[in-house]
This record gives sequence, structure tokens and C-alpha cells, in this order.
Amino acid sequence: MDPKIIADLHKFYPEIVITGTFLLVIVADLVFGRLRRAVTFALTVLGLAAAFALTLPLFAAAPGTMFSDMVALDPMALFFKAFLILASLLVVLAAPGSRELSGSGLGEFYALLLGVTLGMILLASSTDLLMLFLSLEMVSVGSYIMVGYLRNDRQSNEASLKYLLFGAVSTGVMLYGITLLFGITGSTKLIVVRHALAGAATPGENSLILLVSTLFILAGLGFKIAAVPFHFWCPDVYTGAPTPVTAFLSVAPKAAGFAILVRFFFTGLSQAGQGLTWITFASINWMPIVMVLSIVTMTFGNIAALRQENMKRLLAYSSIAHAGYILMGAVVLTSDGLQAVLVYLITYLFMNLGAFMIVIEIYNRTGSFELKDYRGFYRRSPFLSVSMSVFLLSLMGIPPLAGFFGKLYVFAAAVNRDLAWFAVIGALNSVVAVYYYARVMKTMVIDGGDETSPVHASWDSTALIWVMLIPTVGLMLFWDQVQKITSGSVGLFLGN
Amino acid sequence: MIGLTHYLVISAALFSLGIMCVLTRKNAVSVLMGIELILNSANLNLVAFSRFTSGNLDGQVFAVFTIIVAAAEVAVALAIVLSMYRMLRSVNLDRADTLKG
Repeated sequence: MDPKIIADLHKFYPEIVITGTFLLVIVADLVFGRLRRAVTFALTVLGLAAAFALTLPLFAAAPGTMFSDMVALDPMALFFKAFLILASLLVVLAAPGSRELSGSGLGEFYALLLGVTLGMILLASSTDLLMLFLSLEMVSVGSYIMVGYLRNDRQSNEASLKYLLFGAVSTGVMLYGITLLFGITGSTKLIVVRHALAGAATPGENSLILLVSTLFILAGLGFKIAAVPFHFWCPDVYTGAPTPVTAFLSVAPKAAGFAILVRFFFTGLSQAGQGLTWITFASINWMPIVMVLSIVTMTFGNIAALRQENMKRLLAYSSIAHAGYILMGAVVLTSDGLQAVLVYLITYLFMNLGAFMIVIEIYNRTGSFELKDYRGFYRRSPFLSVSMSVFLLSLMGIPPLAGFFGKLYVFAAAVNRDLAWFAVIGALNSVVAVYYYARVMKTMVIDGGDETSPVHASWDSTALIWVMLIPTVGLMLFWDQVQKITSGSVGLFLGN
Repeated sequence: MIGLTHYLVISAALFSLGIMCVLTRKNAVSVLMGIELILNSANLNLVAFSRFTSGNLDGQVFAVFTIIVAAAEVAVALAIVLSMYRMLRSVNLDRADTLKG
């Protein structure tokens, strides 16, 4: 065996630990009788925490690739590794408290979640189209099962089927695009792809087939981040899936999708320009395409969210809109933009998961996701109503909450690239978004409901909501650190 | 002499048929067959490019992986379709209509 592969293994500990935990959880679910709920939970939490702890020392390692250029080890990949493991960990902590999942055993749920987490962190660090495809499928196939986890629930089954069909078609289309790219450049390695495209004799050569290939690959990546027009699955799947799974899907695989989108377009289809900017190749100018995608995504998401009556659906459309904002950071093709993507994802993790935690807790107590059942909730549970309002204000982008900084960075990146009109479109969209978030707050706080019996959140969900609330409110106090971490994480390994 | 173009034309035709099948069929199992056509058209592309242009085996290795992934995906897909069939006594996609808005 290649000695380099063995030598690189110590940089692969997080993945190895997650794989080990995955197997242990499956076995523990079978051998421990009545204790298995507690044991599988503890194993999963420990495994993810260990993987997180093992990721941190790797930041000191020199950027490079591992395993015959299959996987990159650079600041960006490590940032996403830590981010995705943290997101999975938070969802695992929320799962046992959910009434929806309480009917079925959770061991398989944890195992699936670990499998998907492994897929995501590999996806975020793939530098080879083969690795990209394999890890994307690993994430997708695991997610299909997680969405359909409630076997006896019609909506869950239906959501799973829709997710599966949309997912399989878009990955199929993406695979076809990948084969075309392979055909033009003769390699599946992103770095070699870039060299081949940069060295093309004339810009016109192959540019049509390159355009088709890019659009097809964008279909697969757009499906993962739920960008319009590849979003059709999103509202239905978010509504039908068990809410902890919805919370997971709205944050983690989406972030992994952004990680690979950035890596694919930056390492594969563009080259470093002057200063801290990138430029696209003459043969494939993908910047306007993704820009249109970003504008359409945020506009559609916000407008469709206006008339939603189901909280899960509303948050689904809101998450589509947020994908549009994040895409804006990526498409301006600067280091600032990349940093904005990372900042936005950090803030989005806490505020969006927080909002979902409250939706879970309210469902546990009232058995409803409908907005009309949220009426007068302030009198029933001030804590849940106020913390929900905080998360919604943060999703709106109201200072000084975390969400504001995400938007600020994204818009600033667009303005710095002389794309002020782009930032204006984003800002106008944020104004539209205020309406539907504020409507939820009005329903909860101002409207009077028929039901007045007090609702007490359980201690574990209360604790978890605090875990989300503190960063959402207090992130600005630690802004130096956030700034340092994100600006240090924009580095992509571009080959020697 | 059969060259790269022949393979690419066949693969493009397969791809289009797959997309058409996915878009027009109401039966979930037929849609899955359409998806298989799409994946196989990609395989054909990979092997053809590997043979004629790239000069290495990357494409053929990729194709083997694709076949495995397709098998895994179909296994999960059929399980989900079966689960839906148990609930609705039908594999017609028009019956999956409780989620709308």
C-alpha cells in the first residue's frame, strides 16, 4: 500500500471515529435490551463530541490533499467538518425530547444520522468528482430514510418518496454533467480540471458542452441547497419529515451543499485573480448563472413564505430564502464573500435550529404545527414565545442579533465587489421577510387565543433552547473570535 | 468504425428517454426505471470517454462506483415505495397528495 495513505491516516481521525461510532450504535441497539435508548444516545453524543475534539488540532496541519487527491485537508474543509459535526450533535440532543420520534426506536435514527454526518464531512472536503458523487449519495440516501423514519405516518412516507424521486433525478442529472466535464478535461480531479480549462487553446472550444455540464452539475448541487428551481421537494419534505429531521435537513446537508458548491466552483471552474478575488474562465462564465439563481431563490422563498399557515412550511420557505442570501456570498467570488458565507452559516445554525427546537417543543405540548394554534401563546408560555421571537428577529436580520451580522457580511461582500444593486435586491428581500416573521410573532404575542392553559417546556428542551439562544443574542460579544475563525477558514487548497 | 460520437449519441438518447420517463410516468416503479436509464447513460459516457479521450482508467473505475451507488439507491427507493404501497395500496404517484401548499 502507498505509504502516504498510511501516513495520512492520523489526519482522518474524525471520520474514523464517526465510522466506529456508527457501527457501535448499530450493535448497541441490538444487544442492550431496555438500556438501549440511553446507551445509543450516549454513544452517539460521545462519538460526535470526540470527532469534534479531534477536528480542532488538525487546523494546525499544512493544507494539502489525502488519499490520492480524493479529499482535501484545508481550513475551509476543517471549518465545515467542525460545523457539520456540531450541527449533528445539536440535532442528536434534540431528538429524544421529540414526541414524534418517541414511538419508534431511536438507535437506527442515530446510526443514520452518523452515516449522513460522515457523508457530509467527506462531501465538504472532496476534491475529486468521484468523491463528490459518492459522498453526495451517502448524504442523500441516508436522508431519504431519515425523512421516512415514521413508517406508519402517511405524510412521512410521502415526503420520503418525493425526496427520493427528486433527489435521485437531480443526482442522476448531475452525474451526467460530471461525465461531460470528465470527457472535456480527461480527469475527475478538480485541480486538474482547472488546469485543463485554464490551458484550453481557444475560449470558444467546448464552451457549449461546458455550459451544459455546469448547468447539470448545478442541478445536483442546487437540489442539496434547495435553490430555486430545484426546490420543489423542500416544502413538502420539511412538512412531512419528523421535525428533528427537518431541523437537521435545513441546516447540516444544506451547509455541506454550500461547502461543495464553493469548492467545485472555486477550485474547479475559476482561477485566482488579482488580490483576493477569483475570476471565471472565458469558456464558462458561471457567475451570472449563479447570480440569477441566488436572486430567484431569495425572492421566491420570501414571497412564497408570505401566505404559509403551517410553521414547518413557513420555515421551509424561509430556509430557501436564506439559501439565496448565502449563495450571494459565494457568487461574488472574493475572499470576503467566502467569509460571509461562513459567518452566515454560523449564525443560521443557531437561529434556525433554535426556531425548530421551539416548533418541536410546541408540538410536544399542543400536537400542532399550524400557525392558528400558536395564537395567544404568550399567555401560555412566555419563555417559548419570547425565545421564538428572538430567533425570528434574528432570522429577519435585526441588530444586534446574530442574523444581522450574517446579512451585513453578505451584503458588504457584494458592495465591495461593485455589485451594489445585488446587495439592494438582498436588502429588499429582507424587508419582505420581515412581514412573515413578524406575523408569527404577532400571532404568538398579540393575538388572543381560546386556549389559555399554561404550557411548561420540559427541562431538557429549555436547556437546549438556551444553548441556541445564547449564541443568537450574544454572538456579537465574541465577534473578534468569529471574525478570526471565519477569516482564517476561507483558505481553499488549490494545488501545488 | 464506431467512434466516440456513436457512444455519446446513444448515451444522450438514453438520458433523454430517462428524463422523459421520469416526467411522464405516474407509476413510482416506472419513474425509478427512468432514473436507472439516466444513471446508465452516464456510465456509458464515462466508459466511452475513458476509452477514447482521457487515456486512463478513471472513467471505468467511476462507472463501477456508479453501478454500486445505483444499486444502493434503488434498494432504498424500493423499500420506500413498498412502505408507501402498504399504506395506500397503490404505487401511483398521484395518490401521494397529502402534502400541498
